[in-house]
Amino acid sequence: MEKELKLMKGNEAIAEAAIRYGADAYFGYPITPQSEVIEYFMEQNPIERTGMVVLQAESEVAAINMVYGAAACGMAAMTSSSSPGFSLKQEGLSYIAGAELPCLVLNVVRGGPGLGTIQPSQSDYFQSTKGGGHGDYRLIVLAPASVQEMYDFVQIGFDLAFKYRNPVLILSDGIIGQMMEKVEIGPQRVRRTMDEVIKQCPWATTGKTANRERNIITSLDLVASRQEEFNRKLVKKYDTIREKEVRCECINCDDADYVFVAYGTSSRLCMKSMDLLRKEGYKVGLVRPITLFPYPSKIIAGLAERVKGFLTIEMSTGQMVEDVMLAVNGKRPVKHYGRVGGVVPTPEEIVDAMKNFMKGE
Amino acid sequence: MAELTINDIIKEENLVYKKTKVMTDNVMHYCPGCGHGTTHRLVAEVIEELGIQDKTIGVTPVGCSVLMYNYLDIDMQEAAHGRAPAIATAIKRVMPDKFVFTYQGDGDLAAIGTAETIHSCNRGENITIIFVNNGIYGMTGGQMAPTTLSGMKAVTCPRGRDVNTMGYPLHITELIAQLPNVRFVTRQSVHTPANVRKAKAAIRRAFENQKDGKGGLSFVEIVSNCNSNWKMTAVDANKWMEENTFKEYPLGDIKIDWEIQEGKISLRNRKLDY
Amino acid sequence: MTEEIIIAGFGGQGVLSMGKILAYSGLMQGQEIAWMPSYGPEMRGGTSNVTVIISDERVSSPILTQYDTVIVLNQQSMDKFESTVKPGGTLIFDPNGITKMPTRKDINIFKIEAAQLASDMGNQKVFNMIVLGAFLKVRPIVDNKYVEEGLRHSLPERAHKLIPLNMEAIEKGKNEVVKM
Repeated sequence: MEKELKLMKGNEAIAEAAIRYGADAYFGYPITPQSEVIEYFMEQNPIERTGMVVLQAESEVAAINMVYGAAACGMAAMTSSSSPGFSLKQEGLSYIAGAELPCLVLNVVRGGPGLGTIQPSQSDYFQSTKGGGHGDYRLIVLAPASVQEMYDFVQIGFDLAFKYRNPVLILSDGIIGQMMEKVEIGPQRVRRTMDEVIKQCPWATTGKTANRERNIITSLDLVASRQEEFNRKLVKKYDTIREKEVRCECINCDDADYVFVAYGTSSRLCMKSMDLLRKEGYKVGLVRPITLFPYPSKIIAGLAERVKGFLTIEMSTGQMVEDVMLAVNGKRPVKHYGRVGGVVPTPEEIVDAMKNFMKGE
Repeated sequence: MAELTINDIIKEENLVYKKTKVMTDNVMHYCPGCGHGTTHRLVAEVIEELGIQDKTIGVTPVGCSVLMYNYLDIDMQEAAHGRAPAIATAIKRVMPDKFVFTYQGDGDLAAIGTAETIHSCNRGENITIIFVNNGIYGMTGGQMAPTTLSGMKAVTCPRGRDVNTMGYPLHITELIAQLPNVRFVTRQSVHTPANVRKAKAAIRRAFENQKDGKGGLSFVEIVSNCNSNWKMTAVDANKWMEENTFKEYPLGDIKIDWEIQEGKISLRNRKLDY
Repeated sequence: MTEEIIIAGFGGQGVLSMGKILAYSGLMQGQEIAWMPSYGPEMRGGTSNVTVIISDERVSSPILTQYDTVIVLNQQSMDKFESTVKPGGTLIFDPNGITKMPTRKDINIFKIEAAQLASDMGNQKVFNMIVLGAFLKVRPIVDNKYVEEGLRHSLPERAHKLIPLNMEAIEKGKNEVVKM
């Protein structure tokens, strides 16, 4: 069969991917620069295409709680937002993590804090990778660097979410969301039947039948010792995820003296900068974490044995750099260069930053 | 005549009351005299009588009834504070053949969850909302609720609710009754056997409205007491409720099958009404 | 081959859709593509630009400071982007609305009277296709048959009857572009 190729915005690719994956529900709220997600869904009318439910919620808070409700029924449910809206979703995400429900969420990051700007940014890294809401929990975080990855990570994300009964976040930004690129579209998968949902999710609230005990979805336990036990169980799950689910791309690292560490849009900028530097004879490589939780710490620690230094490029004042420092553990210099507030650094600027870093400045 | 033993009494023909199988045997944590236990039972009985135990999904709130899922033998989800209607919306949308209800208190439904309440009602989600209004935050220890009566004392209004600075008691039920997609709105109580029977009929109607295909949201308010936080005995609390709360929140059907009942909703005038 | 292009003008001039048609044409030809718009609160009348990258290889940065080809359709865009043409690169502009002519000597400069030609054709909407034609004449990176396929994929079904008109406008642009 010939590949189906389309030119799509990142925001549209996410929505098309969800329909093709056979997702059951999307609940959203408009916010720039990700409104195309819900607009694309509404235009496509997936209830007709696959039976997928799409609803514009009254708020970000309601949308994430609708995801909770659908996910607790064993459904493949998702929502999307951009930074200010994503802060509002933290309540729901904490409950979803606490109730161990699978779901997929997308943050098309814009500059902050506060209302900030509508231009692209990567300043939600801490919120995304260290928990975000209250309580001790983690999201699995995927960082796409292309529209194709926006598409592909929907399937990967949902699969991980159900495998671990954990919320999965696709951490994107205004560039990946708004940019159009070539996307190879997968075949339409048929949505699971109710029987298949029940088989896959025996824990779900699908109606208490005579052959089983009632299913209760909650994150509440008023007995401290039991809650502690539950927290330990979560830690074990996160450790398994750290062990098994790290994804990372290393480009030109084999002979590199210095490496960029960058994810998402910044990694694209760094690819250009790396090419420019290599043309000038500098042996520079790029580590692109694809999962931000779990973080590719071991890969970076391994590189720290032989490269001379790490420069992180982030559209933030320096957030991921802390994870690189933890991984490098003082063995090599680690520095950060970034632009913020919606300003995107140019590849030339990044070249200069690397040259300064190599000079020890 | 031989003396009667207990086994002579426990016979099918002597049965006048039987706990519904939709309730578990767990001991309830509610204070004696609280309306939650009775309201729980009514919901459970209706579920049994309609034969929908395997098709019902309940959503519990944050508040005293947060642990409702310990007492009803059905699938349930526990919501974040105020979010139950959003969760119920999603459940009903992804499983339209199920019976979905929320069970919420006044703080949950009429304060922190106002947006979720109003908008699920406005969309006319085909769900049932059971709203237990005792005019106070019970679980957190007796703070003022949006429904607290004028002048009524609570730990966050120790000199009584001052309507000029704290607002008037919120008639959320009358508000949502005016939304076109809301089908059935009623206000009941469970403090006497007669009221319990009426309340049960209302809850039954609210559940039955989910199955005739006409859609619409059904909303049942149960005016109740909180004798512990009102600092009264259970009997005194019920008496106080009859004398005070029912004046502010009169019992009866407000809207039936999309028709507002005559005289049930009037514009409230600050000077005349208070 | 990698061609890095920016198209800049007023919102409403069809800048984004021209970029999209060009990008889709490249896609149809089997190339790697990026299309990156400026986005902001302006809906109409404000400045608008789009970066299009067509390459044989994986596209790296969609954010650029220098371009192989710069297409400007108003004076603000000329002021902003003339300096961003790579030495030896291409600048294409429509003189309508241009008050200060480009001055650089190290680049190839082309003029296309697209607004006038569109008006002559009696259809302002083909303005951007005339500009696209001018570009394709100067930088023939996409075959005509792929441009037609690109149009088919980027226009909604109901607009497919306008494809011949659009192709005609592209032809017009090719014929009328003038080297300065």
